[in-house]
Amino acid sequence: MNDPIYQTDDLIAEDINAYLDQHQHKSMLRFITCGSVDDGKSTLIGRLLYDSKMIFEDQLASLESDSKKVGTQGQEIDFALLVDGLAAEREQGITIDVAYRFFATEKRKYIVADTPGHEQYTRNMVTGASTADLAVILIDARKGILTQTRRHSYLAHLIGIKNIVLAVNKMDLIDYDQGGFDQIVADYRKFADKLGIKDFTAIPLSGLKGDNITSHSENMPWYNGASLIDHLDTITLTDDKPKSEDFRMPVQWVNRPNLDFRGFSGQITGGSIKSGETVRILPSGKTSIVDKIVTMDGDLDEAISGQSVTITLKDEIDCSRGDVIVSADNPPEVADQFEATIVWMAEDAMLPGRAYAMKIGTQMVSASVQQPKYQINVNSHEHIAAKTLELNTIGVCELSTDKQIIFEAYADNPSMGGFILIDRITNATVAAGMLHFALRRSQNVHWQAIDITREGHAALKNQKPRTLWFTGLSGSGKSTIANLVEKKLHALGKHTYLLDGDNVRHGLNKDLGFTDKDRIENIRRIAEVAKLMTDAGLIVLTAFISPFRAERHMARHLLQEGEFIEIHVNTPLEVAEERDVKGLYKKARSGELKNFTGIDSPYEEPENAEITVDTTNMSAEEAAEHIVTHLIEL
Amino acid sequence: MSQLTHLQRLEAESIHILREVAAEAEKPVMLYSVGKDSAVMLHLAKKAFYPSPPPFPLMHVDTTWKFQEMYKLREKAAKDAGMELLVYQNPEAKEKAINPFDHGSLHTDMWKTEGLKQALDTYGFDTAFGGARRDEEKSRAKERVFSFRNANHRWDPKNQRPELWNLYNSRKSGSESIRVFPISNWTELDIWQYIHLENIEIVPLYLSKKRPTVMRDGMLLMVDDERFPLKEGETPEMRSIRFRTLGCYPLTGAVESEATTLPEVIQEMLLTTTSERQGRAIDHDQAASMEKKKQEGYF
Repeated sequence: MNDPIYQTDDLIAEDINAYLDQHQHKSMLRFITCGSVDDGKSTLIGRLLYDSKMIFEDQLASLESDSKKVGTQGQEIDFALLVDGLAAEREQGITIDVAYRFFATEKRKYIVADTPGHEQYTRNMVTGASTADLAVILIDARKGILTQTRRHSYLAHLIGIKNIVLAVNKMDLIDYDQGGFDQIVADYRKFADKLGIKDFTAIPLSGLKGDNITSHSENMPWYNGASLIDHLDTITLTDDKPKSEDFRMPVQWVNRPNLDFRGFSGQITGGSIKSGETVRILPSGKTSIVDKIVTMDGDLDEAISGQSVTITLKDEIDCSRGDVIVSADNPPEVADQFEATIVWMAEDAMLPGRAYAMKIGTQMVSASVQQPKYQINVNSHEHIAAKTLELNTIGVCELSTDKQIIFEAYADNPSMGGFILIDRITNATVAAGMLHFALRRSQNVHWQAIDITREGHAALKNQKPRTLWFTGLSGSGKSTIANLVEKKLHALGKHTYLLDGDNVRHGLNKDLGFTDKDRIENIRRIAEVAKLMTDAGLIVLTAFISPFRAERHMARHLLQEGEFIEIHVNTPLEVAEERDVKGLYKKARSGELKNFTGIDSPYEEPENAEITVDTTNMSAEEAAEHIVTHLIEL
Repeated sequence: MSQLTHLQRLEAESIHILREVAAEAEKPVMLYSVGKDSAVMLHLAKKAFYPSPPPFPLMHVDTTWKFQEMYKLREKAAKDAGMELLVYQNPEAKEKAINPFDHGSLHTDMWKTEGLKQALDTYGFDTAFGGARRDEEKSRAKERVFSFRNANHRWDPKNQRPELWNLYNSRKSGSESIRVFPISNWTELDIWQYIHLENIEIVPLYLSKKRPTVMRDGMLLMVDDERFPLKEGETPEMRSIRFRTLGCYPLTGAVESEATTLPEVIQEMLLTTTSERQGRAIDHDQAASMEKKKQEGYF
């Protein structure tokens, strides 16, 4: 058991150059191990590292002493302790995140994503699986297929892993019984068929005893297949390439050391490219010919998927980060409305309609997700109706982006269809998504080019168009002050229009209520109307509570730089409640009115409002004067 | 060329990460320790932006106690890469003459941990590349490629972002900063092999040579300059030694070795049975000490 198995020590000792040559030509395989603590996953990984000599004597010494102190294997080595990472989880005896491990055999270098099996499972496993070529799904031979086996298999399949190994572990505990193994394989095949998993390889093994890990086990003469390592070493990763063989390179960075050189740097995510070939730049659609493929090691004749290169073109064409250079004859689609599978990864549930930042390749856009069409139960795979997505849930949703993006279906090319969503306020990565297809309505609605521009509208009115966005609690005085400001601007000969919260809810937004979701949609529509009116050259005043920073942020980004003026009508809750002009606070306090801002729904104060007026020490008239004076200065 | 080798895949991944930061960060910097991992990281940066020089400076958080040969290579490497070299020394540590002989772990705390925080704050860097690898140590295995630090440069292992595919989220609030580890997925063997293949210049101390040494507390230390206080009965002895890892010379243990070429070094490494970090005094303090140091802001 102490013999290092994978590394040819003789070769290293006798001819290091031959060994280095062999090592240099190794390929790489990344795989994920799925299973819970009880399946012996950490023990298995610990053994792979141990057998491949990735453990050194000093580590082994601490492993031996730890095994005796906190191990679960009596006086024997507890391999699980090897892969145990952070101090907190050492105490809890569970792993809490994705850990990456490394080992090498004579043929391959391996990167193992090790994910734990508790409630954060979905998030961790999807993360680990996103970079894996293969999944090892562990099963305890005594227990057979469990709910979590189904969950692991579903998630591996969802992320598009085509190579699945069913590792039936702890065979020693069922006396290496072939019948037990065959039954598990038959059960799994039935389930895999239903899920759409075309193929898998089942291996009976024992991580603890070392059966069928590196070599064929004498304890299971009835098993004719390969050991786990033999299988991993020899499997051809047929389906790990994108279906699309067409050239794709998202532009990361424009390389411009001097006026004579202009290169586009990126990692090729599909197909290959040769100098002299014709390419198309998306989204502009312009074509050119590849001049050189530049690297520090010299120009290349050809570059293939996976390589990071810099490309120069024969023509001077506009191309920047976020553009994608593609083969001219088979470009990917461009659209702004999609159906996608979304895995929610944040404590705060998804808010349908809210604008999140979306990163897909090197493109960064703003995206809002609609209420899920359905949520997927990761255990039973049933479709469930859902209004939102909570932490660790998966759903199919429609989403729209603020500008067109270049994409392919995730199933065809994961790097052109996989994306993350980012909360604009906390900056946390809140979701991972996989695009299915573009919705037809987006393909058929084209942007109509209009000859009279927004500058033209503004010039005729001889004013700088703006949106004055009043925000504050109910009863803070927004409408009163906005009304006075409009009167003053009107008197100055300005063309204005006031959008008032209550008034808009009588018409345009009369179908909306006061849930968080409806509030977001309310503000989205107002923002879009304000944008159109600002385009038309008007000074627009909006007076809405608009309680969430994210939506005010969205409105700001719809407009041109400097056009959005956020005005915080700052009135403390006690004061607004004391005033209670419409009697709403009273109703909210009595429970008659639900979701009332400040009472049972939050108000997020602006952090950097252009103008703040404090109504506790200013009259409405003074506040209006203050705002107008300020506006003239701006 | 039908399939990339593991080194080609690692190289392409690292270059991708370097370029993402160059494109998205406001003020990036590359932390450069002059060691072999830094050498590989710097080489990858040169490749990532060729023919431009890397669009960020190199910064060495210096303790004044590095090996002399490291200081020599530091200047040359920056010049060869066409990059600005910033050297930062914690003025308080300097004033108090903090040194590894008299001050124990305070030396690392003040020169390195504090020095790094001060350096980043002084220059206002929002993103710093570091040459850490996941295979170095248990607590590193879970480290993200993009690792977030709060305004006090502290690392919260429970509050790190999930990293999917090759999509890195580099957005952050004003006071946060990011450490980015482009060679996260490289192993020690990968590093050596790549240095060998790409002919990357490294500090000669990695190769064996007769050097003046003393044996102290089980560690073989090199007497690198006259600041080394010899204890009673100690006389420097010429031994054929090399280093597997380089830091402050009074804290870095050497190994006796006859390996004078890179393949020989790799050969010894593969046949040896002690892990790389054992030569560093810093890790032996307490169980999971690296994790504690990271939470406090050590790289």
